Amino acid sequence: MSTLARIGREAFRYTPLLLIALAWETVSRLELVSTTALPPLSEVIAAWIDMLKSGELQNNGAASFYRGVSGLVLAIGIGAVLGIGMAWWKTANILLSPLVEIFYPLPKSALIPVTVIWLGFGDGSKILLIFLGCMLPVTIGAFNGARASEQVLVWSARSMGASKLRMLWDVVVPGAMPELLNGIRTALALSFILLVSSELIVAQKGFGYLIGYLGANGNYDAMYAVVLTVAFLGFAADRIYLVITKRVLAWRE
Amino acid sequence: MARVEQPDSERMFPVWAFTLFSGFLRVFSILVLLAAWEILAQSGAFTPFQLPAFSRVVVRIWQDAVTGDLLINTGLTLYRALVSFAICAVLGVAIGVAMSRNKIAHWFFDPIVSVGFPMPKIAFLPVVILWLGVYDVSKISIIVIDAIFPVIAATVIAIEGVEQQLIWSARNMGASNRQVLTQIVLPAALPQILTGLQVALPLTLIVAVVAEMLMGGYGLGGAMMTASRFANSPGVFAGIVEIAAIGYVLVKAMALIRHRLLVWHQESTERS
Repeated sequence: MSTLARIGREAFRYTPLLLIALAWETVSRLELVSTTALPPLSEVIAAWIDMLKSGELQNNGAASFYRGVSGLVLAIGIGAVLGIGMAWWKTANILLSPLVEIFYPLPKSALIPVTVIWLGFGDGSKILLIFLGCMLPVTIGAFNGARASEQVLVWSARSMGASKLRMLWDVVVPGAMPELLNGIRTALALSFILLVSSELIVAQKGFGYLIGYLGANGNYDAMYAVVLTVAFLGFAADRIYLVITKRVLAWRE
Repeated sequence: MARVEQPDSERMFPVWAFTLFSGFLRVFSILVLLAAWEILAQSGAFTPFQLPAFSRVVVRIWQDAVTGDLLINTGLTLYRALVSFAICAVLGVAIGVAMSRNKIAHWFFDPIVSVGFPMPKIAFLPVVILWLGVYDVSKISIIVIDAIFPVIAATVIAIEGVEQQLIWSARNMGASNRQVLTQIVLPAALPQILTGLQVALPLTLIVAVVAEMLMGGYGLGGAMMTASRFANSPGVFAGIVEIAAIGYVLVKAMALIRHRLLVWHQESTERS
């Protein structure tokens, strides 16, 4: 009964999206707008299935996935170490924080042409872009989290004779976790933005490239299909990340 | 390395000396970075195409400034970003207020915001081009689509978090709905709304640059793409320096505005 009620409530909650989809289909079918500008949703879905069958979607998706994951893993690994290091060693903080302060507000999309100059049109330039673009939010999250780690805990660990490294690992890192995970969430969202924009601007494969290519050839229903796929993947990635975050932070309850 | 052990060591110096010293250190790392760039580029480890010397980039920026291109490109990018930011601020707060006061608005916008916020909306850029062309209207539209969600979400959460006692006491003293909104709810929600705006501002610049790169024409993004197409790497690096400067100034200005607007709030006394 209660599950049924919950399903009902969720369905009610998402009705507006269904209404928008219906409005899309109707407006396009009645040709209130040009069907080039807005192909009917049903045709977009058909185009999506076609691309899935031909493997076009998977091939380009795999390229994007590889770039996104590599860039993010580098950004998270190096960014977290840098942030915690800055919170732990004052010297690192003094030397690095002005650089972080300068580069953090830099609109990272400006780096797209430079990464192309350095690494060309392939995977390398996208991975570098995502790494550079996503590292600082992670660094700042780790830094704020590690700095705020409760002094009392640090003192008690020290009085119990914990070594420096032990303390870092057992007290500071877990304490930094919530803010660090928050920074990673920002990085995740940024990685999608940077990936798609760099692929739209210069690439020979990947989702962004596919969108640009299909659009240039006037294959608009397929273009819409890829756009919606990317949008959905970004949404799904965020939701999955939230579930993982909850798991990781379960010990704090 | 283990300076953490003596956190009081700073007090050995007078405060002004410490401020001067830390100020020097801040400039110092940036100078070191620029010097390293110049030396690395001059040393021949990289070709001038991969890494043009900083001095050459400065010369290039100077040339752009003299011909007036710098002013046009910077002005256009700023214009697009700031107009979009203003639209995001007004429309985003309006939608957020509507959602928290009106059930139907909440029902309609809530799923759109919760699904739309985490989406990479930049993927819709080709769709926006298809609909609106490649001029300012479509650039501003895609920027607004990308940057409005943090503002809406922050406004809704901020208004939900306003203390009921404040609203009750105002009501009790005979405040109208409108007065409650403008004199109690919005000021109390302002810190979080500003945080939402502070998230939106860098996004407007990121998307403005991408939109300009893809659609071409004037603007810093477009100028960088043109330079890149002609393998003119000082031009590309000049673009980065210019965009970085704009980003820095805007973010700092926003923090200053926040400080001004929240003088009455306890957070402004907490920070120096």
